[in-house]
Amino acid sequence: MEPIDELRSRLSADAAEIIGRYPKSRSALMPLLHLVQAEQGYISEDGITFCAEQLGLAAAEVTAVVSFYTMYKREPVGEYHVGVCTNSLCGVMGGDAIFSDLREHLGIGNDETTADGKVSLEHLECNAACDYAPVVMVNWEFFDNMTPRSARDLVDGLRTGADVAPTRGAPRLCTWKQASRILAGFPDGQAADGHTAGDASLAGLRIAKEQGWTPDSASSSTGDGSNGGPR
Amino acid sequence: MTTILTPALTAYWDQPDSFTLAGYQRDGGYRALPKALAMSPDEVISTVKESVLRGRGGAGFPTGVKWGFLPKGDSKPHYLVVNADESEPGACKDIPTMMNNPHALIEGIVIASYAIGANTAFIYVRGEVLHVIRRLQYAVAQATEAGFAGSDILGSGFELDIIVHTGAGAYICGEETALLDSLEGFRGQPRLKPPFPAASGVYASPTNVNNVESIASVPWIISRGASDFAALGTEKSKGFGIFSLSGHVTTPGQYEAPLGTTLRELLGLAGGMRAGHRLKFWTPGGSSTPLFTDQHLDVPLDYESVAANGSMLGTRSVQLFDETTCVVRVVLRWIEFYQHESCGKCTPCREGSYWVVQMLHELEHGGGSEADLDKLLDICSNITGRAFCALGDSIEPSVKSSIQYFRDEYLEHQRNGGCPFDPAASTLFSLETAR
Repeated sequence: MEPIDELRSRLSADAAEIIGRYPKSRSALMPLLHLVQAEQGYISEDGITFCAEQLGLAAAEVTAVVSFYTMYKREPVGEYHVGVCTNSLCGVMGGDAIFSDLREHLGIGNDETTADGKVSLEHLECNAACDYAPVVMVNWEFFDNMTPRSARDLVDGLRTGADVAPTRGAPRLCTWKQASRILAGFPDGQAADGHTAGDASLAGLRIAKEQGWTPDSASSSTGDGSNGGPR
Repeated sequence: MTTILTPALTAYWDQPDSFTLAGYQRDGGYRALPKALAMSPDEVISTVKESVLRGRGGAGFPTGVKWGFLPKGDSKPHYLVVNADESEPGACKDIPTMMNNPHALIEGIVIASYAIGANTAFIYVRGEVLHVIRRLQYAVAQATEAGFAGSDILGSGFELDIIVHTGAGAYICGEETALLDSLEGFRGQPRLKPPFPAASGVYASPTNVNNVESIASVPWIISRGASDFAALGTEKSKGFGIFSLSGHVTTPGQYEAPLGTTLRELLGLAGGMRAGHRLKFWTPGGSSTPLFTDQHLDVPLDYESVAANGSMLGTRSVQLFDETTCVVRVVLRWIEFYQHESCGKCTPCREGSYWVVQMLHELEHGGGSEADLDKLLDICSNITGRAFCALGDSIEPSVKSSIQYFRDEYLEHQRNGGCPFDPAASTLFSLETAR
């Protein structure tokens, strides 16, 4: 069977479900591309053709979208995509050191994959976890408060198949393809698992609880009364 | 002691099941929805207007007023779009909100959709946050199963389909019209305004785009009343908001407080800067807001006071840097970010970001001349206001304010023939032991 036929036979039912979610079919393009990555690990020419067929678009229209978004990869990615935030805050707090150490340790550069196909490395822009800096993402799960050593241990664990769990996320780390399937809108049943808020998320709440501070205690002490004041 | 923090959205994040329907309901969730459905849509909009809730995504436009812009009695379908594309460097409040309390967002979505007459709502969430996406998918499924979303919600006849739409890595999609193009399956490039989304948004239909925190605040306002919300904060900046402290601070994290709280108060609770170090500069609202320094510790963090002191409240993304940090390095990295994320649609942003990066790169590595600082300011001022959307306008603030406060530090790079700072001194770990 040709690769494109394989895609058609394996993905058509899921594609129809995705398209059915939206009032207009073209909105399904981004989740369809995530679906292709879930199957192939990247967006191949056949993957582009498949999406174009599903939506009645030209392949060029699909390619234009693929090339705009950094999460769509045009080359195969390792089983584990390791992203190191090197935006200003994480970079200064240690992300730059972590990234350069990982490059050296893995012997690969940015956007490259180890020869065993296990780990790809990429430097990331801000991943909205600045209070846990420096942050590393593996297949888009959070690994918080990293150091060069913990990051090296992490990638070693990924390459040897050790149990590796994110700081805040599902305890069973998905592969790149499995993660892509969730992004396409097909849950893996792990939503209720794993830790919820980490220490930084709870920093203010813990103090407020110790002090007995609430929105009510605030309005009774500072309310000017002009808007109804305290309850 | 006077209350400084006011946990509302964050109040139950310490409960192990805070993200579940059962947990949310136990803590008072889904009590605002029947109340809202018993009101007319206009009454809901009026209540949100009276609360003076202002958009928590950074712009600070009154949320209820925005809802009121959608036409009434027209024949087109209306849409609610939640902007959950949190990507501004420094911003990290919506992601934990959706991770730990997604049902507050879902309940807010149903109420907002009812108010604006929408039967379809989208949550456009950035793709790089897998567990948050799981939680959103789970919350929508649970809420629909329980009759809080879907058809005939709580027997009211109101119907709402909530779609979790996952992005694929593009900061520009946080710009509301770029987000709409992305949602329609195109490259995420901003649209010319007007028409505004309220008239012509997704699928050229009336659309309301709101930030996660704005929508998640709505159930509290409906269940407690607009006046309780408006009793907090300052005269024009009402209510509570999440302040996100990050960087060289002893206890980084999320601190929910009334608008108008000062950094001195927040920093006091967060244990101050890391031991042995002092505050050098900080952003009040993320990387696109002008820098503040230790002179600004007592500026009330509300829209008006921050603006009066030359910056913007933005998303309350407080990134704190101590005296070990090179400001040129930090600003260069931010502008590299804007360069990378520029969509390429308009020339000032596409070209200007490249020029600014090249000049900053020279300066950081000891090149350039003092005249380059003025050239840099000139280029930046020619981007601001001439770019197609706010991304271009985000380039100037950190460059200009860093030169304003730290001009001599730029020059020190030239005298020194390179950056005078040791990056190892800035890391949160000791490099000797952490390697």
